[in-house]
Amino acid sequence: MKIPGVSRTLSVLATLFGISIFVFLVLRVIPGDSITGAFGIETGALTPGQIAELRVYYGIDQSLLLQYISWIHSFLSGKLGFAYSTGVSVATLTKSSLPVTIELAIIGTVLGVVLGIAIGMFSAKKPGSTRDFAGQLFGLLALAIPGFVLSTGIVTVMANKFHYFPNGYEYMTPWENPWMNFQQMMFPGLVLGIAVAAPVMRTTRSALLETVDKDFVRTAHGKGVPNNKVQFRHVLRNSLIPIVTMTGIQFGYLLGGAVIVEKIFALPGMGRQILDAIMKREYATVQSSIMVFAIMFVLINVATDVIYRKIDPRIKK
Amino acid sequence: MTQPSLLSVKDLGISTVQDPRTLVNQVSFDIGLGEAVGVVGESGSGKTLSALSILGLLPRGVEVVSGSVIFKDKNLLTLDTEELRNIRGNEIAMIYQDPMTALNPVMKLGKQLLEVIASHGGINDGSQNQVRILLSEVGIPDVNRAMESYPHEFSGGMRQRIMIAMALLLSPQLLIADEPTTALDVTIQQQILALVSEARKKRNMSMLWITHDLGVVANLVDRLNVMYAGRIVESGTVEEIFRKPKHPYTAGLLSSLPTSTGTNRERLTSISGVPEKPWLVGNSCGFAARCSRAQARCHSEIPLTVTTDSSSVACFFPLGGN
Amino acid sequence: MKNKEIKSKGALHYYLQSTSGVVGAVLVLIMVIVSICSIFGITPYDPVEQHIDNILQGPSVHFWFGTDDFGRDVFSRTLEGMRRSLTVSITAVSLATILGVTFGVLAGYVGKWFDQLVTRVSDVFFAFPAILLALAIVASLGNAWYDTALAIGVVYTPIFIRVARGPVLTVKEMDYIKISRVLGFSSFRILRKHIFPNVFAPIVVQIALSLSWAILTESGLSFLGLGTQPPTPSLGLMVSDAQPLAAFAWWTLVFPSLFITIVVVGLNLVGDGLRDALDPARRSS
Repeated sequence: MKIPGVSRTLSVLATLFGISIFVFLVLRVIPGDSITGAFGIETGALTPGQIAELRVYYGIDQSLLLQYISWIHSFLSGKLGFAYSTGVSVATLTKSSLPVTIELAIIGTVLGVVLGIAIGMFSAKKPGSTRDFAGQLFGLLALAIPGFVLSTGIVTVMANKFHYFPNGYEYMTPWENPWMNFQQMMFPGLVLGIAVAAPVMRTTRSALLETVDKDFVRTAHGKGVPNNKVQFRHVLRNSLIPIVTMTGIQFGYLLGGAVIVEKIFALPGMGRQILDAIMKREYATVQSSIMVFAIMFVLINVATDVIYRKIDPRIKK
Repeated sequence: MTQPSLLSVKDLGISTVQDPRTLVNQVSFDIGLGEAVGVVGESGSGKTLSALSILGLLPRGVEVVSGSVIFKDKNLLTLDTEELRNIRGNEIAMIYQDPMTALNPVMKLGKQLLEVIASHGGINDGSQNQVRILLSEVGIPDVNRAMESYPHEFSGGMRQRIMIAMALLLSPQLLIADEPTTALDVTIQQQILALVSEARKKRNMSMLWITHDLGVVANLVDRLNVMYAGRIVESGTVEEIFRKPKHPYTAGLLSSLPTSTGTNRERLTSISGVPEKPWLVGNSCGFAARCSRAQARCHSEIPLTVTTDSSSVACFFPLGGN
Repeated sequence: MKNKEIKSKGALHYYLQSTSGVVGAVLVLIMVIVSICSIFGITPYDPVEQHIDNILQGPSVHFWFGTDDFGRDVFSRTLEGMRRSLTVSITAVSLATILGVTFGVLAGYVGKWFDQLVTRVSDVFFAFPAILLALAIVASLGNAWYDTALAIGVVYTPIFIRVARGPVLTVKEMDYIKISRVLGFSSFRILRKHIFPNVFAPIVVQIALSLSWAILTESGLSFLGLGTQPPTPSLGLMVSDAQPLAAFAWWTLVFPSLFITIVVVGLNLVGDGLRDALDPARRSS
C-alpha cells in the first residue's frame, strides 16, 4: 500500500541531502580556510600552536566527514553558525534577511506572472500580427537585458535625474512603515518581475496557441459560450500547467537574481548576506545560507506539485 | 418541395486561406422543418467542413469564400458575432466526431452542461433539474455523480451521450451530427445512433447527418446528398438513391455495401483508384478518372446539376439516362 | 549516409527562411568578428591604456564610445570585454555539452542503476538556481576566467544531460534498434548511426540557448566582482564601474550593456531559428 507523499518526501530529502554535500564540499575545497579568511595576511604571523588552537575553535581540525556531520547536526538544531565578522549568529542574520528576500521574490513572481500571462494572451490572440511581434519583442528584450543593467539604469535615472531614490534610506519592513517598504520594493520587484515575465510570456503564448486549436474549444464556441469566457475558462485554464511549471522554475532563478538586485538596491536580504559572506570568506554563513535557500527552493517545488493536482483533475493523487 | 426550408445552403465554397486550394465547391442542399438529411462522402470529400461552416466553426487556415447559409431568413455567414452566438447551442446545435477530445478536461461535466443554459439567458432554479433530466434521457446512470465528475472518468460512448445531452438541452430546431459514431466501438455505435434517432423523433427536430457510411445513414434520414471531391454529385430521397442511383459514384458506393441477400460467394465490388483531391479537379467531373462510363466530355467540363422533382444529379451520363 | 545529408541540407535551407534565425546569426557573427579583432589586437587603442588628458569624454571621432574615468577607450574595452565574455561562455558551454551529452546518452542508453544515479545527481543541481551554484564555485576556486568557465560549465551540465537523455530513451525503444541489437550490431555503431543524429538537433538548439544564458551569468558574476578583475575589461565589470558615472557619462553604461543585449538577443534568435529548422513539424510558434 502506497502512502501518498512518502516517495515525494524521500526525494525532497534526497535532494536536500545532495545539495548539502555539494555545498559543503565546494567550500572545503578552497585553498585557504576559515583561518586565512579571518586573519588574511596576518595568518603568516601565527605560531603553529595558535593555529592548532584556532583549528579547534573553527572546527576544522576534524576529518571532513566529522565536520560535515557536525555541521548538519548544528544546522538541524537551528544553530546555523556564527558570522565572525559581524559577531552575530547566522540564525539571527537569517531571521531578518530571509523575510526581505521572500517578500521580494513574491512581488517579483506575482508581477512577472501577471505581466507574462497578460502579454502572452495579447500576443496569442493574433499570431503573426504586429501585436504579436511587439509582444515577442518585449519577451526577447526582457530576457536579454541583464537585470543588473536594468537596475543600474533605473538607479541612474531615478536617483540622478529625478532625485527620487527610496532605496537610499534605511530599509523598512512592511510592519514598520508599509509605504516606505512598498517604495523600496517597487523597483527591485519590477526588475525581477520583468525577468520572470519573459519566459512566462513565451510559455503562455505557445500553450495558448496549442490549446486554441483543440476540439473542446470548438465545442465551447459551438455551444454559444461568449468568447471571453471561452478564452478564460476553456483556453487559459487548460494552458495553466506549462505556465505553472515555468513559474516554478523561474522562482528558482529569481532567488539567484535577487542576489544582484539586493546588492544594487541595498536591500538587506539573503542574497546580499550570501554575497557579503563570500567576499569575507565566511564559509559558515555561506553554507548555511545556501542551505536555507535550497530548502526554500525545494518547498516551492513541492508547492508547485500541489498546485498541479488542484489544476488538473486527471493527475492521480 | 413547396415547404420553406429551415436551413438552406447555397453554392457554398470553402478553401484554404494561404495558397488557396478549393476544398468545397458550389455545395447546395436544404433541410426542411422536421426533416433529416444526410451528407455522405469519403474522407476528404468536404462533408465535415461544409457542416462546420454552418455554425462558423471552421478551423484556422480555412475559410468560406462564396455562397450563403440561410437559416430562418438570416444568412449565418454574414451575421455579427453576437447574433451567431445566440444561435449556437440554442437554435442549432452540433455533435462532433471524437468524444475523447470534445469536452473540456478540467471542467466538471455539470458545469459544462449548465454553461449552455448560462450562455443563453441565464441559469435559474430549474436549470440543474433540466440538466439531470436530459442526462438520464441519454442513458447516463447516477446522474448526480456524473455532474460532479470530469470527462476522463467516462468512456467514449458515455462522453458522446453527454455531448448529445449538451446539444439537446435547449431543444434546438436543427441538430448537426458529424460522424458521431465513427470513433466508437461497433457495439456502442448502434446504441448512440438509436439514441439520437429517438431524441429527434420525440422533438420533431431537423437533423443533418454527416457520415461516410451509406449503410448507417439509410435508416436515419429522409433525404441524402452524396459528396465527392468537394462537390455534391447526387441528391434525392433515400428510396430513390438506394433503388435507382443515378450517379456512377453512388452506384459504386452502394455496390460496395455488404448486403444480407445475395450468394455467399459474391465479392464486394470496390471503386478502383483513390478519391480525387477537391482542388485538383478544375474543369472536369471529379469522378471521371475512376468512372467506367466516362467520356471525353467528362474530363473537360464540369457536369451541370440536373434536377428532376425531388432528386438531382451532376453527371453527363447518369445511370438510367437523362 | 544519404539520409543525413539530405536532412541537413534541408535544415540549412529552412534556417535561412527564418527571418529571426538570419537576423540572430548576423548579430552573433558581428560579435564574433568583434571578438576576433580583439584577440588579434585590432582595436583602436589598448583597452588598458589610460589617456589622462581625455577622462570621461563623450563619444567622438577619436573615441567612438567615449572614455571612462581612467581615460580608457570605451570602444576598445567593450570589444575586449565581449571577447572575454564569449571566451568564457563558449568554454563553459563546451564543457557542459561534452559532459552533458556523454553522461546523458550513456545514462539513457545503458539505463538501470547508472541512469538512476545520473538522473538523481543532476536533479539535485537542477533544483537549484544556477547563479548561486556558480557563485559558490567561483568563490572557492578563484577569479581567473577558466574558473568562471568551469563554474558555469558544471552548473549547466545537468541541462545537457537531460536534453541528451530524452531522445535516447525514445529511440531506444524503437523496433529497429532492437532488431539491430539482435542482429549483433555493436552498441557503438548503433549509438553513432541511430542515436546521435536524433540527439543532434535538440542539443544544437540548447547550445545556442545556453550560450546566451552563460553570457548573462558571466557578466552577472563579473558585475558582482567575482569574475575578471580590473584592469582587465569585462562587460559586467564595466557596467558595475559605470554605476557612479552613468548620470553624467551615459556612454560608460550604455555601450557595454548594448553589446551584452545584442549578443544575447542574437543567440536567442539563432536558437529559435535552429529549433524551427530542425524540428520535423517545421512549425514556428
